[in-house]
Amino acid sequence: MTLSEPLFRTEGISKRYGGAVALKDADIAIRPGAIHAVLGENGAGKSTLIKIMAGVVAPDEGRMLLDGKEIAFASPAAANAAGIVCVFQELSLIPDLSVADNIVISNPPLRFGMIDRRRQRRIAEEALARAGASDIHPSALVKDLPLSRRQMVEIAKALARKPRLMILDEATSALTQSDVEKVFAVLKRLRAEGMALIYISHRMHEIAQLADECTVFRNGRSIESYPAGTKTDQQVVELMIGREYSNVFPPKPAHRGEQKPVLSCLDLSWGDRLSGITFDIRPGEIIGVGGLDGQGQRELLLALFGVLRDVKGEVAIDGRPVTLKSPRDAKSGGISMALIPEDRKTEGLMLPMTVRENLSIAALDRVSRNGVIDRAAERREIDDLFKLLAIKAATIDMPVAALSGGNQQKVVIAKWLMNRPRIILLNDPTRGIDVGTKQEIYLLLHKLADAGAAIIFYSTDYDELIGCCDRVLVMYDGRIIRELEGAEINEHELIGAALNIAGDHVAQRIAP
Amino acid sequence: MNKHASGDRRFWYAQQKGTLFAALLFVAMFALYVSNHPAGFTPNVVQTASNKATLLAFVAMAQCLVVITAGIDLSAGMVLVLCNCLASWLVVGTPLQTGVGVVVVLLAGLGCGMLNGLIIIFGRLQPIVATIATSAIFYGLALLLRPTPGGSVNEDLADAFTSKLLGVVPASLVVLLAVIVVIWVPFSRSAIGRAAYAVGSAENAAYMSAMPVKRAKLTAYALGGLLSAIGGLYLTFFSYTGEAAFASGNAYTLYSIAAVVLGGVSLAGGRGSAVGAVFGALAFRTIGDLLFVFDFDPLWQPLFQGVVLMLAIGIGCIGLSRVRNRLEWFQ
Repeated sequence: MTLSEPLFRTEGISKRYGGAVALKDADIAIRPGAIHAVLGENGAGKSTLIKIMAGVVAPDEGRMLLDGKEIAFASPAAANAAGIVCVFQELSLIPDLSVADNIVISNPPLRFGMIDRRRQRRIAEEALARAGASDIHPSALVKDLPLSRRQMVEIAKALARKPRLMILDEATSALTQSDVEKVFAVLKRLRAEGMALIYISHRMHEIAQLADECTVFRNGRSIESYPAGTKTDQQVVELMIGREYSNVFPPKPAHRGEQKPVLSCLDLSWGDRLSGITFDIRPGEIIGVGGLDGQGQRELLLALFGVLRDVKGEVAIDGRPVTLKSPRDAKSGGISMALIPEDRKTEGLMLPMTVRENLSIAALDRVSRNGVIDRAAERREIDDLFKLLAIKAATIDMPVAALSGGNQQKVVIAKWLMNRPRIILLNDPTRGIDVGTKQEIYLLLHKLADAGAAIIFYSTDYDELIGCCDRVLVMYDGRIIRELEGAEINEHELIGAALNIAGDHVAQRIAP
Repeated sequence: MNKHASGDRRFWYAQQKGTLFAALLFVAMFALYVSNHPAGFTPNVVQTASNKATLLAFVAMAQCLVVITAGIDLSAGMVLVLCNCLASWLVVGTPLQTGVGVVVVLLAGLGCGMLNGLIIIFGRLQPIVATIATSAIFYGLALLLRPTPGGSVNEDLADAFTSKLLGVVPASLVVLLAVIVVIWVPFSRSAIGRAAYAVGSAENAAYMSAMPVKRAKLTAYALGGLLSAIGGLYLTFFSYTGEAAFASGNAYTLYSIAAVVLGGVSLAGGRGSAVGAVFGALAFRTIGDLLFVFDFDPLWQPLFQGVVLMLAIGIGCIGLSRVRNRLEWFQ
């Protein structure tokens, strides 16, 4: 391994958002001609570090050095000009423009004040070829491309800016296996050309295949940097976890659900996003869905709720097969299902409408007679829910947008509870809300389960799955790859299964 | 690159589908029209049709520019009316006076468009309300200028712009073509124009990609005002007078939206071309003419126009029946 001077270095970088420390004394040194992997759990500070490097946010403390000279970026454009380009996980492409338009978007070639389409085309073709994606037509519209091809366009867009340091944040999470291999070949070639690369991924085998150096982040600190291949997977996982977690969860009842399954899935599949999903859930059970982000968990919930078309396989309610064609079907009497969506702002709430209107909107037929809403009945139901959920709102006639995030989330949950659903699907319900409200939501889930509801609970937070669930289905690449039960539900098993490395070994080698 | 050659045609087709559809619709309707017209396909018939249709074509182009940015201009028709009234005062006299008058009218239109843009960008008002308000203002000004119909226009100029060149080609069609070449083509190929599309498609992503979001919107609204002003000038050339006509101003606004949709421009923004909008306008006008040659009772015209419009737009929505994730219906 060449021990060249670092191209880019950070020293003691810190960043706080309000009271929360996102990054504390982060040190990292990136050498040219090397691929540097950054590892860490969700919220470990990786994305904050990248945003600082890419000029999206400014650090509170610490300094950055490029070629040994101290620098600061006022904007992403300034970072680009210095040769640092980031391929973000959230796509920044314009859907209605063509691939070529998008690739040159920040700096299109001009001729007589107009865009020189021929030169633009050439630049785009070159960039696509460099990204190993010359099968993508430069004139195709971005919105017509599947997610994996869009990701390749993102990479080409970054390459067209001729970076010296390229940051890839989960750049392979949406890619198919053959694309991943192409991207790897490209990254290795760029490394050989002397480019510095930062590679962020949750997939351990990818890092093993690519990285020259690794840095592990935990709780906003850079814990350790080491040359790749000098630590086992188990040691790396240990570095990533390395913390105690306090128990905010109510105790689990010993035995739940001896009854017949209320919902069973048999060999459910949807396109190439879901396949072979088979499981049962009994009344009173809380089943967690785990795994890395974007492995088909959301699609599973949407499929159960009747949002997806052409879902293959069988869904049975109380042993009887049903077809679910819309959320309305799923909500209807015999099935009585509810989905607490992920994005409360767009799918969960009508923000400008009042708390009252939002709460009763999914249950209007319960509180109305002959199509006329019975305000007194509505009020009674809402009062019950307010008590059950301890929603803090000055009045139920204020717009829901004026509530805090945690209380908004409670409204989303309450809105569906008014229907007294038998099956409750939750899509990452505690994301972005405070610990106190989280705890209330956990308590509520237990209450609902005790009352006989079957709960399917997708969460990106491992602690929640461990603390709340009777069983956990771990998904990888659209399949359930492991089902954990009882004492098996622990962080080591969950992470091991999520990364698709043999979990048993992790459990054995790391002393509990 | 050779392997891209066949793909080029396919993507070009996909991009131009809306425009081509509108063009075909127009050609088919116009063929039906002239073949049933007692005089047949003669320069005079074409001239009359062209003169009637260009007015709407200019307003449709104006609407198209704004709609591309995911906005809407409900004042386009009233800008046309205001410029008509203004022209009936100013576009008279010696060639020099007439020339100055034309320039002032065009600048007035540009100013109206810029006012819309500034209110929407910096006042952060919804385009739909902002332009309803400015529409009333423009109409009010028009009414002050022409409380009753009247005024005049330099008839030599008016006749030149509505006659036939070389006795065959309608001058109005040539002007329409010239405006497309001078305004639309540079706009659509400039960095600003691309930013306008980007804003309409995904404003956040456009902003994050450091595109000139505000400048793009302002340009779209301003050029929209200018194009409506050209429409207003043309109205004066046909009618020789100025009239603050409330009903016709509103009709132009609504028809321009219909024409834009017929021309394959997405009301959600980010997609479409002014050429499509022009064909949409021509097709829309021909629907009315068809009734005339088929001797329908004029009472049937609105009903018939509505049904044809509905059918034409319905064809554009067929794609939605193939969506696999139902949430995409709402995007």
